Amino acid sequence: MPPDVPPPYTALTRHAMLPRAGHDEAARFNFLSNLNRYLAEIGSRGNRAAYNQRVLPRFLEEHGREPEHRYEVRAAMNRDPFHRLWSALKRNSMEMRQQNGRQIVLRQLDEYNALARQYNDGRDTLELDDNVATPAYQNAVDIHCMPGSYHGEEVPGDISAGANYDLGLFATTAGGLGGLSDGGGQALVAWIRRERPEWAPRRILDLGCTVGHNIVPLAQAFPDAEVIAIDAAAPVLRYGHARAQALGVHNIHFVQMNAEDLSRFPDAHFDWVQTTMFLHELSARAMPRILAECHRVLAPGGLVLHLEQPQYADDMPLFEQFLRDWDAWNNNEPFWTAMHGEKLEEIMAQAGFSPDEQFVTGVRAVVDETVFPRASDNGAEDHGRAAVWHAYGAWKKAA
Amino acid sequence: MSESDIDWVARSGKRAKGRRPEYFADPAVDRLTSILMALVGEVSALRERLDTVERLLEAKNAISREDIEAYAPDREAGAERGLATKAFVARVLRAVQQEAEAIEANDPPIEHWVEELGRKEQPCPPTSS
Repeated sequence: MPPDVPPPYTALTRHAMLPRAGHDEAARFNFLSNLNRYLAEIGSRGNRAAYNQRVLPRFLEEHGREPEHRYEVRAAMNRDPFHRLWSALKRNSMEMRQQNGRQIVLRQLDEYNALARQYNDGRDTLELDDNVATPAYQNAVDIHCMPGSYHGEEVPGDISAGANYDLGLFATTAGGLGGLSDGGGQALVAWIRRERPEWAPRRILDLGCTVGHNIVPLAQAFPDAEVIAIDAAAPVLRYGHARAQALGVHNIHFVQMNAEDLSRFPDAHFDWVQTTMFLHELSARAMPRILAECHRVLAPGGLVLHLEQPQYADDMPLFEQFLRDWDAWNNNEPFWTAMHGEKLEEIMAQAGFSPDEQFVTGVRAVVDETVFPRASDNGAEDHGRAAVWHAYGAWKKAA
Repeated sequence: MSESDIDWVARSGKRAKGRRPEYFADPAVDRLTSILMALVGEVSALRERLDTVERLLEAKNAISREDIEAYAPDREAGAERGLATKAFVARVLRAVQQEAEAIEANDPPIEHWVEELGRKEQPCPPTSS
């Protein structure tokens, strides 16, 4: 059996808006995808060993009891030399991914800004709104250690944040999301084809779409649907719209809008309301408002689906919760821990979905196997980036 | 392909907003770890480039080692290589530059935002008494 190595960066699908990487820039991403794979595997072994062999025994000795919360596990593990070194390496991997991606984008920024304008100017499928403020939860820290987050600009009206986000997804997922980094969207299409083969939604709303990589597969699967993809950040929308156009996808309207206020849309307007890895980037105050808006704009018989990593159920071991929490504390995703500690079913119930309307299901990324090997199945899940999701959904009862 | 007007080398190394966790007792170890990992990445990229060159040379039987030993860049090539070295240094020493920026920015620790964004009630407005 050949060794399991990540695919080379050059295997990415080069749509027109993806800034071209030079030889060494691609080689840097090759190093990072290998480093991330390595850190996932060594972390899976080393952190568990450190916990079982020295951290937990010391905790038991000091406290006379088992840890009662993942934060206690974290405090104890943060004193362990292996975990500290592993975390430092992983944090550096995230930072290096950002700098390398930004070097590729920023040295060619004028060229790709101009190209984006060719795709964007005069199109009614891109609506930007200067009055949309950056939400407080987006402004607290730069999410994922992305300098400038989704909304930062290097020059006014640019696409740098979107381009850097798009071209670096490869490195953090070691290619596991496919040639267009759209494994999440492809997974949604595969799931709905199995779940409701005959169903054809007329209107689809995607909240927090960033560069639109996960809504493009849905728009392609339902070419007659009217698709609206919203985000609060203009730079990712400029890039996302140009990217969709470059891919020949014309039935998505990209709109700058804060998901907490969907008042522009009437009640029961959409057949499908979708979020993909979005809820964990909000706040405890914003999330219930957004979930309530999802309920309001969803038509009877319609589907709401939130794709996320699994919630920390009571039966999930505290050590696993602690590992899954790493990005909250170390990769600038501060709502990650509180969000995954919530019972989403209860918040969706408060938003208006009765328990018998709701469901939870597992969704595995559809991997582009012509180019990318199947995501590693050896148990060394890289928490936070692994291409396995839980979907928290509801079919709204017909009136 | 035209180069951007902005200082892309400096801007690419911009620090992400938010206070960076400290992983080691001595902050210098954090910085040295960052420097080391950047260097490790560069060595990996260099090896990959050398591998590309060797494979192409083998395929095309194009140049000799003597050619390589005798090579001197002209003005334009010298400037290109200088820029590449400048960007290399910025990558390897990002940790030092971002530490300086972090001291200036004085962000609260991530724990502050974890608590703030995880809290369901609005914080009380400051009283004016």
